Amino acid sequence: MSHSLNLQLKVWRQSSTNAKGHFQDIVAKDIPETASFLEMLDIVNQRIITEGSDPIAFDHDCREGICGACSMVINGKPHGPEKATTACQLHMRKFKDGDTIWIEPFRAKAFPVIKDLAVDRSAFDRIMQAGGFISVRTGSVQDANNLPISKEAADSAMDAAECIGCGACVASCKNASAMLFVSAKAGQLNSLPQGQPEKHRRVLGMVKTMDEAGFGNCTNQFECEAACPKEISVRWITKLNRDYALATLHDAVTAPLSTGGGGD
Amino acid sequence: MPSDTTMNAKIPSGPLAQKWSKHKQDSKLINPANKRKFSVIVVGSGLAGASAAASLSELGYKVKCFCFQDSPRRAHSIAAQGGINAAKNYQNDGDSVYRLFYDTIKGGDFRAREANVYRLAEVSAAIIDQCVAQGVPLAREYGGLLANRSFGGAQVSRTFYARGQTGQQLLLGAYSALNKEIARGNVEMYSRSEMLELVMVDGHAKGIVVRDLVTGKVSSHAADTVILATGGYGNVFYLSTNAKGCNVTSIWRAHKKGALMANPCYTQIHPTCIPVSGDYQSKLTLMSESLRNDGRVWVPKKKEDCSKPPGQIAEDDRDYYLERKYPSFGNLAPRDISSRAAKEACDEGRGVGPGGLGVYLDFADAIIRYGHDQSPGKSLPTDELQRLGKAVIKEKYGNLFDMYERITGESAYEQPMRIFPAVHYTMGGLWVDYNLMSNIPGLHVLGEANFSDHGANRLGASALMQGLADGYFVLPYTIANYLATQKPGSIKTDHPAFKEAEKEVAERTKKFLSIKGKRTVDSFHRELGLLIWDQCGMARTREGLQKALKRIPEIREEFWTNVNVSGTGEQLNHELEKAGRVADFIEFGELMCIDALQREESCGGHFRTEHQYTKEDEAAKRGQAGEALRNDAEFAYVAAWEYTGDTAKPALHKEPLEYEEIHLAVRSYV
Repeated sequence: MSHSLNLQLKVWRQSSTNAKGHFQDIVAKDIPETASFLEMLDIVNQRIITEGSDPIAFDHDCREGICGACSMVINGKPHGPEKATTACQLHMRKFKDGDTIWIEPFRAKAFPVIKDLAVDRSAFDRIMQAGGFISVRTGSVQDANNLPISKEAADSAMDAAECIGCGACVASCKNASAMLFVSAKAGQLNSLPQGQPEKHRRVLGMVKTMDEAGFGNCTNQFECEAACPKEISVRWITKLNRDYALATLHDAVTAPLSTGGGGD
Repeated sequence: MPSDTTMNAKIPSGPLAQKWSKHKQDSKLINPANKRKFSVIVVGSGLAGASAAASLSELGYKVKCFCFQDSPRRAHSIAAQGGINAAKNYQNDGDSVYRLFYDTIKGGDFRAREANVYRLAEVSAAIIDQCVAQGVPLAREYGGLLANRSFGGAQVSRTFYARGQTGQQLLLGAYSALNKEIARGNVEMYSRSEMLELVMVDGHAKGIVVRDLVTGKVSSHAADTVILATGGYGNVFYLSTNAKGCNVTSIWRAHKKGALMANPCYTQIHPTCIPVSGDYQSKLTLMSESLRNDGRVWVPKKKEDCSKPPGQIAEDDRDYYLERKYPSFGNLAPRDISSRAAKEACDEGRGVGPGGLGVYLDFADAIIRYGHDQSPGKSLPTDELQRLGKAVIKEKYGNLFDMYERITGESAYEQPMRIFPAVHYTMGGLWVDYNLMSNIPGLHVLGEANFSDHGANRLGASALMQGLADGYFVLPYTIANYLATQKPGSIKTDHPAFKEAEKEVAERTKKFLSIKGKRTVDSFHRELGLLIWDQCGMARTREGLQKALKRIPEIREEFWTNVNVSGTGEQLNHELEKAGRVADFIEFGELMCIDALQREESCGGHFRTEHQYTKEDEAAKRGQAGEALRNDAEFAYVAAWEYTGDTAKPALHKEPLEYEEIHLAVRSYV
């Protein structure tokens, strides 16, 4: 039979974006250690509802660590203490009976709180719309094997593509920088031959939108890599910086031409 | 069987292999200048929804796309792990469009529409080309060409994959195409928006009513056609591998406006999931079918061995039951068959783990085999072979093994995984014709939300294929057949039908919030789910289904008088969202059991205990004892249900399944 835990929760409660928030003390008794962290919150919420109060709002969906919806900071760490693990995959056996657990939303100017632990991460979608794609129409493509891509390049692109867009990188950064996210997204496409034609405009567009959304600058603290549930490497940031420099240079060199020709 | 005038499947005439080409030639076209006058609503942003929204926008149609998640990238297609099938024959192992078609029809136990399935196989190859062009990092070999692996129900390697997260990568591809069109200003995206009503004008689908999940604001949206790509209804079981938000609401709302619901009893129970650990469990986690390429499934031969650690059970005392019963497919037997075999073993008392509800999936042999592969010509000690072999397994399935360890606290490198079947996919859905349009003019249905391609059981790696086929390569051709008959922009949201639908939504919300009963929404959902799992799950009986049909109306009655929905309608309110979804699941569950009760045969995922091959059948070589016994003479039809105003008395319409090319056969994997 599995053990159960008695916990003291300190949960961030905030009724809406502009409301003032506070930590609420909640006792979580008899939590099975085999439950996931979100199942612990489910159990707590069922009790809160039965008592006639407002349950804790939190985003979640797939609960298998891939959709990227969870957005909570647990004991000061985005997604909690377990390495390479989203909050939904964190299990209560990682905690001890009697523990106090602090639970708060991802905090960043660009991620306004909607309610309690739920935040608005639509800035990520806007960054992706600014260049996170290859402009190819449905149907207008060649046979997939006409373009051999070395296993190393494909694997490297795949490493970047593992990003689930959760925003833990932003939440872990003292500057609330989104560089790990943006560099992984741009890096995936820029590493592949298919991504080359739009490489420069992609990088410039995504970085510009990132800045406009209110994310901070990267000062090489690397907290993001430690917090990333998919262990995306900060080397992607290096690549982004290089690609950005090249794109800026390219833009400067080609600007007179493209202004004249009505291009970008 | 007399033909039913409610439905016309519009299957093109001519030889099977030429139907789609012919249909494309015969389909209407809308010139580019006119396309931009037409507006399209897409509900859902998974593989089917995002690919359709992007492709239709590229053609010039004005698109509005809606999803309840906070970003279109989080739709549940993202969780698909294993892969996507395509008849590329890159392995030179005898694959072809016909073989993929035949495997899919046979896998579906001869209950799918032949022409649709052939088309699916036909367009499958183009999907891979499309995704690679988008930058989807599918797995490659050292030569730079795409890699493949094998999946259940096939004897060729035709599955393309991206580590254990093929769904995420394909979805991000479709999401990037969608973003490109949003950036161009031709798609308007509405996230955190839930469709709560379909709006009908003169018998045509012309819009939807949605609730903004953050502000609670209810709004109307009009268009020339509505596309539902809202996924399956697996969460009717409460516990499933679906994401928590997956729901039946949009297709159920459409059903109540007249759309026929086809084959709702066809549900897929996936054989390789992590077993339930307690009554607080909120969802089940799939371990990809790809693991069965290397894992061997077994249980102890003797009941008394079940409590021993697996390492202490001798080789001779293990029953590798899939290899024993289905020697030519072995551990890669199709999902429905593997699931039932696991259930049988557990019913016999030979299950392992807590409650005896689990079987082993063992990688020990594969680890040694890979160890030898890595050290050709050398004879290394076992621990050295294991070290080399584990590295290969880690490369192939590392993320799955990590996930297993996070959830169970056990390492599958050191001891076998424990797995048990869980609800995973639903083959039933809204009825559609060859154009993917429902019986409601103007209402198109794509992906898992429709019923069309998988019959009574879906083969692994075919869901991603179907979602993208529908969105990228089928609907963009067939949608004009409807739109060309319409005057663009003729219906606006000032039409009284929108006000009426908004009023219905507002009243429903008010009702949920005013009940103020004693039980939580989840408690009703759990009760419904357990009932459906027990009576309409892996094995169904007449008696059990009748019991469920007696109980479901009681649950519904209590729900509407005793549910406790906290908060208000004008804020982010997850309880209110869930209440609406559970109310619809309760009604839908009733239809599912009615459908299962009327289908007096076993086929694919629908196993009626009364209808199975016996020992005598096996002796007479008619079929293997215990396997599903179809009744082609009476049940080779699609059961399409019409809402009549009373959920207990839906009207049944039958679309006969007429096979022009293939012969119905006993589905054997022996």
